[in-house]
Amino acid sequence: MARMKFLCDADRCIECNACVTACKNENEVPWGINRRRVVTLNDGTPGERSISMACMHCTDAPCAAVCPVNCFYTTADAVVLHSKDLCIGCGYCFYACPFGAPQYPKVGNFGSRGKMDKCTFCAGGPEADGSTEEFEKYGSNRLAEGKLPLCAEMCSTKSLLAGDGDVIAQIYKERVSKRGYGSGAWGWQTAYRESIAT
Amino acid sequence: MAKLFAQIRFIAGALALAFIVAVVTPVSAQQPSSVNPTASAVKEQQLLKELSKIQGRGTIPDVKSYVLEHPVGRDWRQWHEVTLRWIGGIAVLGMIALLVIFYLWRGMVKIEGGRSGRKIVRFTAFERFVHWMTASCFVILALSGLNITFGKPLLLPLLGPEAFTTWSELAKYAHNFLGFPFTIGVVLVFLIWLTGNIPNKVDMEWFKEGGGMVPHKHPPAGHFNGGQKLIYWIVVLGGGTSAVTGYLLLFPFYGTGISGMQVAEVVHATVGMLFIAAMLSHIYIGTIGMEGAVEAMGEGTVDINWAKQHHNLWLKDEMARIGPNESQRQPMATPAE
Repeated sequence: MARMKFLCDADRCIECNACVTACKNENEVPWGINRRRVVTLNDGTPGERSISMACMHCTDAPCAAVCPVNCFYTTADAVVLHSKDLCIGCGYCFYACPFGAPQYPKVGNFGSRGKMDKCTFCAGGPEADGSTEEFEKYGSNRLAEGKLPLCAEMCSTKSLLAGDGDVIAQIYKERVSKRGYGSGAWGWQTAYRESIAT
Repeated sequence: MAKLFAQIRFIAGALALAFIVAVVTPVSAQQPSSVNPTASAVKEQQLLKELSKIQGRGTIPDVKSYVLEHPVGRDWRQWHEVTLRWIGGIAVLGMIALLVIFYLWRGMVKIEGGRSGRKIVRFTAFERFVHWMTASCFVILALSGLNITFGKPLLLPLLGPEAFTTWSELAKYAHNFLGFPFTIGVVLVFLIWLTGNIPNKVDMEWFKEGGGMVPHKHPPAGHFNGGQKLIYWIVVLGGGTSAVTGYLLLFPFYGTGISGMQVAEVVHATVGMLFIAAMLSHIYIGTIGMEGAVEAMGEGTVDINWAKQHHNLWLKDEMARIGPNESQRQPMATPAE
């Protein structure tokens, strides 16, 4: 089985936000929730870089570790998913997540945050693959259809890569050796405790 | 003629272009053949070394999403899953063990010479209402709080995922809403009993004598003895800290960001665990630990002999205030119902 990962090639990202839009449309993400977002660092200076960020589907995920009701599970593809039926909306995963991935439909108001929502790597949830219930709660299950997450598939500059970690790392390495530079795989050290030697 | 002009224009244009190319080419030839755009680019590890988080700019209205990476969540996880369980386990189980050992050694502190049958008012109806409102909120807050820390390893295997979620969600709502009456209770406790709880020399003596727990010793005490004053300040300061940190967590991003909420949770949980341990000792001495104590907060009156033994200075003041005959009657005997 593959070990699914995201990799954003910051030297290619042009901050077009197509990944954000693709994600919202494909998964019919509720208003106010962004499973994916683009962050621009050093905006307007020569060192400026944009990185598209969502749930990184961490190895030994901190969200899953701190969840007081154990609503998280990891699929055979190493995608970190959760059950909205078990989630109590306590917000602990949000405190623990290094990438700000967990989102809540309601912010504040006596702690009634609602069920947590986050990137599913377009892999749905615990319900039957491709079912209506699964789509309503978690969005599309493209992985079950043999497709990769739409954010990466839609990326106009092929900056955002999604797929088996070894494969996308190899693609990135080849790019870096060909063009002669690369600012590294953002978030990999934090999420997977490894980085890509370039 | 027109044709000639067109030719001149063409030649002039070609010359101008040749001139521009001639001028520009040497300039570009001086630049390196391959450019490295990452030379000045931001580097992840460098940014993380400089600051604990990486923050940039985004295009969506959600400002908090502009934080790209915040690895300190890993430390908070270690705290919540390992350190806190040790603190809580040692504090709560340690206190229970201490109380059991103490009970086996000392037993219930009896009223010396037995009950006199004469009673004196110790707490008014309002005082008792405040006490029990705060206490009942505290018990539910404590149990629902312990559930967040210890429910997963202890209750989840027993109840199964669905039932445990139902219970935990209920407990979460109870915890969030009862925080409000609890805060009111703590504020009222602070106000109504402040005058009786200023530490003084009598308390020093009381602590030196071990609070009278060594049999047949009666250190003098006023309305509240040294131990009760300690409990009072634990409630006021512990309750106050729990309330402030609790509201920070209850209203995310109003007071603090993620780092602030992590700190708030650490303080809230630590204070909570120690608070529970302290309250266990309070419940012990108010019930099975001491004969005649529970009725002070029950019907509001205590036996004269009990007061003589545990709060002699207070009894003397009360007697002087209301007169010895007054105390023989039972003012709270027939509550208005």
